[in-house]
Amino acid sequence: MASDRKGVARGGLLVRAARSREIVLGVFVLLLILATGLRSPSFLTFESFKLVLLDAAMLAVIALAQGMIIITRGIDLSVASMLGLTAMMVAFVIRAYPETPIILTVLLGIALGGVLGSLNGVIITAGGVPPIIATLGTLSAYRGLVFLYSNGSWINAYQLPVDFKQLAKGEWLGLPNLVVFAVVIAIMVYIFLNHTHAGRDIYALGSNPEAAKIAGIRTGQITFMVYVICGLVCGFAGVMWASRYEAAQTNTALGFELQTVAAAVIGGVSMLGGSGTVPGVLLGALLLAVIQNGLTVSGISPFWQLAVQGFLILLAVISDSTFQQRARRLSMRRVAR
Amino acid sequence: MSGPILQMTNITKSFAGVHALRGVQFDLCPGEVHAVLGENGAGKSTLVKIITGVHQPDGGEMSLNGQRIQLAGPREAAELGISAIYQELSIFPDLDVAENIYAGRRPTLPGGLVDWRQMHREAGRLLQALSVNLDTRAKARYLSIAQQQTVEIARALSVNARILIMDEPTSALTLSEVHDLFQIVRRLRDNGTAVLFISHRIEELFEIADRVTVLRDGAYVGTRLVAEARQDELIRMMVGRTIDDLFPKQQVAAGDLVLRVRDLSRRGVFEGVSFDLHKGEILGMAGLIGAGRTEVSQALFGIAPADGGAIEIAGRPVQITSPRQAMECGLALVPEDRQHHGLVLPMTITDNITLPILARFARQGWLSGQGAHLAAFDAATRLEVKAVSVWQRVRELSGGNQQKVVLAKWLATAPRILILDEPTRGIDIGTKAAVHSLMSELAAQGIAILMISSELPEVLGMSDRILVMHEGRVTGTFDRGEATQERIMMAATQAAPMEQADGL
Amino acid sequence: MTASDKAVPASISLAPVRKPLLPRLLRWEWFLVVLILGVSLLNAALSPYFLNVQNLFRASSDFMEMGLMMLPMVLIIVTGNVDLAVASTLGMTASFMGLMFNNGVNIWLAAGAALLLGAAAGLFSGYLIARLKVPALVITLGTYAFYRGLAYVMLGDQAATGYPSSFTYIGQGTLPGTPVPFSMALFLLMALVFGLVLHKTAFGRYLYAIGNNQDAVVYSGIRVARVKVIAFLLSGTMSALAGLVLAARFGSTRPDIGTGLELAVITAAVLGGVDINGGKGTMVGAILSLLLIGLMRFGMGLLNIQDQVQNIAIGALLIISVLLPNVPQKIRDRRSGWDARSILVVLLALIVVVAFGWFFFWSRAVVFSLS
Repeated sequence: MASDRKGVARGGLLVRAARSREIVLGVFVLLLILATGLRSPSFLTFESFKLVLLDAAMLAVIALAQGMIIITRGIDLSVASMLGLTAMMVAFVIRAYPETPIILTVLLGIALGGVLGSLNGVIITAGGVPPIIATLGTLSAYRGLVFLYSNGSWINAYQLPVDFKQLAKGEWLGLPNLVVFAVVIAIMVYIFLNHTHAGRDIYALGSNPEAAKIAGIRTGQITFMVYVICGLVCGFAGVMWASRYEAAQTNTALGFELQTVAAAVIGGVSMLGGSGTVPGVLLGALLLAVIQNGLTVSGISPFWQLAVQGFLILLAVISDSTFQQRARRLSMRRVAR
Repeated sequence: MSGPILQMTNITKSFAGVHALRGVQFDLCPGEVHAVLGENGAGKSTLVKIITGVHQPDGGEMSLNGQRIQLAGPREAAELGISAIYQELSIFPDLDVAENIYAGRRPTLPGGLVDWRQMHREAGRLLQALSVNLDTRAKARYLSIAQQQTVEIARALSVNARILIMDEPTSALTLSEVHDLFQIVRRLRDNGTAVLFISHRIEELFEIADRVTVLRDGAYVGTRLVAEARQDELIRMMVGRTIDDLFPKQQVAAGDLVLRVRDLSRRGVFEGVSFDLHKGEILGMAGLIGAGRTEVSQALFGIAPADGGAIEIAGRPVQITSPRQAMECGLALVPEDRQHHGLVLPMTITDNITLPILARFARQGWLSGQGAHLAAFDAATRLEVKAVSVWQRVRELSGGNQQKVVLAKWLATAPRILILDEPTRGIDIGTKAAVHSLMSELAAQGIAILMISSELPEVLGMSDRILVMHEGRVTGTFDRGEATQERIMMAATQAAPMEQADGL
Repeated sequence: MTASDKAVPASISLAPVRKPLLPRLLRWEWFLVVLILGVSLLNAALSPYFLNVQNLFRASSDFMEMGLMMLPMVLIIVTGNVDLAVASTLGMTASFMGLMFNNGVNIWLAAGAALLLGAAAGLFSGYLIARLKVPALVITLGTYAFYRGLAYVMLGDQAATGYPSSFTYIGQGTLPGTPVPFSMALFLLMALVFGLVLHKTAFGRYLYAIGNNQDAVVYSGIRVARVKVIAFLLSGTMSALAGLVLAARFGSTRPDIGTGLELAVITAAVLGGVDINGGKGTMVGAILSLLLIGLMRFGMGLLNIQDQVQNIAIGALLIISVLLPNVPQKIRDRRSGWDARSILVVLLALIVVVAFGWFFFWSRAVVFSLS
């Protein structure tokens, strides 16, 4: 039928347009950088850009995990609390035993995060609790645990050993360690999502959960896995956070979960599940970091941060939906009952 | 044909005390297309679910290749080479064609990673074997229904299915797509696959099937060779009655013109649709599924408004852009999909029946409970809904009673134009007859009825005039006297509009 | 599967189906009542201060803002949506009022303007959600940030202070001659209104129907978009009203006012039996759960547990309240699969939990012993 053929051809064009979301984002980021640079040339220096990269790296690492979860039609609102709790616990341990080898510290953080993420996973898979409720609950519970643990106190820079403080900011080939770690993690996630069975199962699960089950994909295990991964990543990020800011406080990363969802959504991860790319999420994180730093550098009040972020999410979501709806209308003539 | 690959004897299955299958026998031979014919509720889908391992029979035996088997679940059935393609496609819209075919069974590289190249290569081969031209990298979301179906068939092939079950595969296809599908099915058959084909369209069975088995009310009626079978015999087997018994003729003098549709169109869906409807008249809309009839009804009711053409109600031109507007013009629509569009299943009969007219029982917003229940009670009793009380939740009712609730709901809005989309689909014989006599009554009361139906006997038996659509266009109009099944079928499969019969 | 026609009587009855006693008693609301009684007994045992009427009223005024926002939230969740932006709307409207007040505008005019702004905010969210077919979760995630951001833009690092006592009365005052806080009276009045709307009006029926099957409601000629927009409009307005009360109670406004309250509001609603997927729940249940949460916090306060640590209990309670109804079904599903592997997994999980718990308390003990 003529409209059918048209549908497929337009599908080609739309597919190309969708892929160009990363291009659009990339262009937007460049334009922003240039615009900020014009206003304050100090922004275009490598030093100042390192700050942007550090922010982006921290955000990207968790946004990737969050993105994976959103692909499975879930969400994890507890990421900031997991980060804060692991940061605090690791900082305490380092304070008590400053000679601990760095690698052990990192592993400890990752392990702690894994435990927290597993609890999320158990509540969601075995308990059958919807992810938004489950992680809303653990968001409060884990943040409460930070208070319980630290008694409201905090660890400051003097109580932390030098090598720990250098973990995130120390440089390797001119780039801060954290940025290098983030790149490595991004590559790992890319390979995982695109070239491993588990990764492809994640997409299948998000795209059509019933069909995935029929196809023999172990949906419970996959779901559990993505929350554990997120926990592991948040644990790692917690160590990095404490290292980067040289402190661990009870309000560490308060409100950070929103940014991770924002980075993912802006980066093209659909809240309906089943789609999203690593480069997209990275660009989303970079965009947010550029905005954050750009606003500060331009002398625009930092109070605009949040408003701009929220506006961008709305923009991304609105444009996505009109986009997807047009695509769907063109291609699907009728949905089988 | 060699001996049967699948044999089922004396199969019995009940759900909550209701028999879905009683002593059914069925056999399937390799290299044949065996159709299963029966009305909704006859037990076809239960039979299929037993073959695919979703349900286990309460009694009877099933053997595969002569060996008795008991399927614990769908995975075991799949391992034995039994595959099914249902109406609700199991497609992953965000994955590409190759991954759709190999979901859960992707080829692996020596290192443990996914072997994309191999997957695309194999997928390409499969599609070629089906003589289908599809880019394996295309995302399934952008394929047409027919193409998605092909992907599912390819998937079944990739697991070396020896038994392929196709459940109503043609419901969403255009004629040329059905033609292509049948080519594929023939190829599968010639390769030795056993195909179990479920359809309610008798015409198709004559085209594609080798044998046909008829079920009625969960019982086995008989099996015939398609070459030797006759359509009216099959209908009689399906229904247990001749056509005439089923559809009470009603002669009503058509009254004033109440609805005039001119050149109605929606881009890409239908165009140039024109017809008149008079008080007391039943206009039957016939055609294959995909012809655009439901879309026309949705345009008339404001669910998916048309973008061209004119609608006049009782002589006044109207623009219908929402269901509320349509209702204000006196229209009512009993939708095709009862469960998703017609009813709110978890809610009570009262809630469902009074939903469109709730404002009537509210004084200053305050809802008077009794008023609503009384009205619902009246409506439900008049239609003889079989339920314990108006407080019962609609999901507990049988299909026929659910349809009665939907009808009661719309009748309570006192429409002057009633659109019925497949009004007797999926309901038992008794309720079917009740619905038909209700339609006659309503017509006699002066209500104009537009009836969309895919059952030719129903269209022929109930309509005063018949409108036939094909691929979005009106291709034929007939008066009751001059309509025959052949003429309707010809118009329904025609590409060019026929000469309009007089009296548009 | 569907019931057989033959099993039911020939005629349909007008009277309600009489449900057997046990399922009626097992209704969620009764469960909440039992919990409330239990917690009250515990609190009374813990401290003589609990049964003091003055104390109770004073403590309860902490929850009235939350309660005000919870009322429209119940309506929204019943339709299958959610409004994450309630606290941000509160913050934005309160900051707006503060900004105007700081610039010399009469407090009551400013308050009125804040209410209008709240309505507009709700209208905006509702419009996007109704028109765009994007999940409300996502839209309100955006407005959650956007509105809070606007609050910061408006007030920056200033605070608005010095509200006249006529205004602070609505947050701090009591009804003349009684210990009942004004805010509580306001809440109870609003609760009555919203409860009646939900359970006794056509609009309320529409909400439930939409939450169960939105398509069928569209096909029934109801303007679903309008219903949703109204629900979110109410949410925005009540958030603004809550903002007024909160600002009055504090006597000042900072842009971070009310941060985090959205979680408490959603928790209260879900704990109250309002199903997050829509279509189920009662206002009574929600109010009972608010009472329960209030009593629990009060009790924990008596035990000198800090606010943030109390959140552990509240978070756990939220999860358990949704998890508990699932347990019987899960056990039924599980009965077939208690093999060695799953037992091993459970054992491993227990070991991990114990290890974590031990590590938790051991590591902090070490550090505290240092200082």
